[in-house]
Formats: sequence, structure tokens, C-alpha cells
Amino acid sequence: MTEILSDAPVLHTALHDRHVSLGARMVPFAGYDMPVQYPTGILAEHQWARTHAGLFDVSHMGQAFLVGPDHETTARALEALAPADFLNLRPGQQRYSQFLTQDGGIIDDFMVTRSADPDENGTLMLVVNAGRKEVDFAHLAAHLPPSVKLMLAPHRGLLALQGPEAARVLSRHCPAASDMPFMTAISTSFDAIPCLVSRSGYSGEDGFEISVRNDKIAVVNERLLAAPEVKPIGLGARDSLRLEAGLCLYGHDIDTTTSPVEAGLQWSIQKRRREEGGFPGDARIQRELSDGPSRRRVGILPEGRAPAREGTVITDLAGNTIGTITSGGFGPTLNGPLAMGYVDSAHAALGTKVNLVVRGNPLPAIISAMPFVPTRYFRSA
Amino acid sequence: MSETRYSKDHEYIRVEGDVGVVGISDYAQSQLGDVVFVELPATGKALSKGAEAAVVESVKAASEVYAPVSGEVTAVNSALEKAPGTINEDPQGEGWFMKIKLSNPSELGDLMSEADYKTYLASL
Repeated sequence: MTEILSDAPVLHTALHDRHVSLGARMVPFAGYDMPVQYPTGILAEHQWARTHAGLFDVSHMGQAFLVGPDHETTARALEALAPADFLNLRPGQQRYSQFLTQDGGIIDDFMVTRSADPDENGTLMLVVNAGRKEVDFAHLAAHLPPSVKLMLAPHRGLLALQGPEAARVLSRHCPAASDMPFMTAISTSFDAIPCLVSRSGYSGEDGFEISVRNDKIAVVNERLLAAPEVKPIGLGARDSLRLEAGLCLYGHDIDTTTSPVEAGLQWSIQKRRREEGGFPGDARIQRELSDGPSRRRVGILPEGRAPAREGTVITDLAGNTIGTITSGGFGPTLNGPLAMGYVDSAHAALGTKVNLVVRGNPLPAIISAMPFVPTRYFRSA
Repeated sequence: MSETRYSKDHEYIRVEGDVGVVGISDYAQSQLGDVVFVELPATGKALSKGAEAAVVESVKAASEVYAPVSGEVTAVNSALEKAPGTINEDPQGEGWFMKIKLSNPSELGDLMSEADYKTYLASL
């Protein structure tokens, strides 16, 4: 969800050498040396994840646990920093939220899971962006009450298995996985290896994230790669998959200058929190929820074939600047260019015609619904 | 008899008489990854050596293609617009970008021979 380029990647995930041996092109990403693509290339990897199952090493992301005396204490501590309803999370339920600045900007977006284990009442697991984990953990350490401890988990790696065949593959090693509803997690084992499995991801497809100790992750990785349905997928296709799914990338589509309402993430602020407030930036966010924000994140489809990249100026048909593209490229499943960005709310209605200024030329485009490609998250019957 | 010469930016020019066929090298296409879009110059456009002549975009990024020599664009490979992947499949054959009528053939001397380009690639 984030991208910070560094000249000097010094960090390796536990699977680094395996990516190299698979022929990956390695690039610096958030301080890590990470695979951007394998020899088959981004287009083939993207299509594979949409039609079979793709395996992503996302061990660079930050994993941590919040441990308090009981669920209410831990949930309320997190509610003081983020606007979702954590108090009413059921055991094993997962939720998406954002750490907010005092004026409602987004410090980072993250996933949180309430442990399903009754012995871990009061434990919430966090997964945050690689490029923001130091900022996030310092922010948490500075603001948590003494009764809630932040326990970092750098000894854990994270694999994402995404695609329509992910459940079939994972259930061979982890039979409990196939019946899990979307946005839930369990503590289970992969063959005999303890792991935490959630049904979630960043591709728009059904899929799982598997948190496992670094000293066991190579075994899990190899057994998944051995399945004929599975191929390794790099960060390049991860980005094109999430863009087609309309999902935000931190540092591009959201940052400390954007609020969750501007970003179209109000679905992640549950009713009780909207009414009660009690999170950083609550006054602004409640005002934006009632009156509408001054700008909105929208989907944008160029009418031609030219991609419009991040930073491209968006104008109305008279040539007045109305916004900026924050992520843009080519959608392999869409088979065409696609983008998202912020525009003044007056121009945010679906179907609005705009121009994108690409290499000095205004190119016609249209404000469009997201996701660009229908998501296929698993819903139990 | 044709001769292919290369720029440090990985354009090639295959010279046949006073016309050069310009494209990007196999190394360049492999570095770019899957090409999804190409923007070609207008036929008749006068290019000076080093000027931006075309744009090639992969899934990840846009890159400029520079004129390796000065001259007038006499033809462009418009088939690439519908099939940009040809640049990956056959960069120095069907994946050519444009033909340039050389206005200053002595500029070819500033470009690398096939052997020199291979040495250059090995140094990268």
C-alpha cells in the first residue's frame, strides 16, 4: 500500500534469495530490496493472479500486536487514534482503518484483526505499510495508554495468496481456510507450521494473507509455489491489480493531506464512530460527512490508449485545473489505461468529461466508477 | 549492405543508404518490461539529434525515445499502436519505430558499433 524509493535498500525479507533465484528483477522499495517482476513479466503475472493464484511476498509490511488486559481496553486505545469501530469487532473479525492526524489527514492505512483465540482477549493484530511502519509504531508508542502494550513482530513474514484458485490451493495445507468469510482471520497451521491466516488482500480477488515466522516462511513459500495453480507475483502486478480494484496506495492516493472522506473511505468509518467522534480530526470528518468534502478521489478512464501517470493535471473542458492524478497506468485486465485522482467535488460526478494533460496535450477522459474490474471477494452462502 | 549503430540511451539505427530505421535495442525492451503504449512522431517531422522522438510506456512507467541522429521522419510503424507488444517480441525487426532520412550522416560516427554496444552493455 505504500511506496518509498530509497537509494540504498539495506533490508531483505526472509525470501530475498529465493526471489533472486527465481529470476526476479529486484528494486528498492520502502528500504527493502524487493521483486518488481519475475521473468514472465507484469502483464502475465497480473493475468495469472486474476485467473489462477498469485503468491506475493509482502514480508516488508509491518506486523505488530496491541496487547491489553481485555478487548474493550485495547479497542478503545486504538479508537483514540483511528476512526473505525474496533469495540464491536467480533473475535476473528478483520477491519480496514487509518491512523489520523489531529486535522484528519491519513498517517497510514492498516488492517486490524481481533484475535479469535479466547486466551488472547485484548489482543489486536495490526498490519501496516512498509514505508510507514516506523512512523506508525512511534505514533502508537507515544499515544497508547500504559495498560496497552505495542509488541512488534519483525520475526514474522507475510505471504499473500490471491486469485480465484487461492482457496483450493491453501485448503490442501490448511483445511480451515476454504470456509473463512472475507475479512476474518484464524490462528491455524499450514501443514504443521503455526500461522495466522486472514481472508483478505490487495488484488480485488478472493485470497488470503498468511503470517508465519521468518524461520518457517520458506517452507510455506515452496509448498505453495509447488502447486500448479500458483506463480510468484512481483510488486509491479501488485500495483496494477490494486489499481484495477480501486484500492488506495499510501503515499500516492492517500497521505497526511487527505482525509478518509476525501479519499472515499467513509465506508470504513462505522455509524457509532461517525456519531460519537472521539478520534483525531473528528470535527473535520463529521463536517465532511454531512456537508461533503471540497474534493474527492475518483476513478478516471482515459478515452484513448495513452496512460496518464501520477502527477498529471486534470482540467475541465474549458482548461481550468480541477485536480491531479495520484495513480495511473495500464490495466491488463481492463486492457486499457486507467487512473485515480482527486478532483474538485463539483466535477466528481460519474460521467463527467475531463481532460488529462499528458506531455502538454489535453487528452479526453471520463470520471468513472471504481473498481474498474469487478472485485470477487469471497462471501459465504 | 546495412549497418546498425547504437546510442547510449539504447536506441538503434539501421542505416540503409541515406535512411535509418530507428527503434530500441533488445536490452532496452527487456529493461522496460511489457510495452503497453507507444506514441510516434508525425511523418515529415524534422528531428535533431538527441531530441525526443517517441514515447514508449510499460505497465510501470513512460520513457522517451530520442533521435539518434538528425533528420526527417519519412515513415512510422503505426502497427505498433495496436500491437505495442511487438516491441518486446521483435525490437530490432517488426518492432521498429520510425525511419529517418539522415541530414548529417557524419553523426553516425558518434554512435556505437554492434561490438562497442555489447561492450557498453557489459559495463552497465
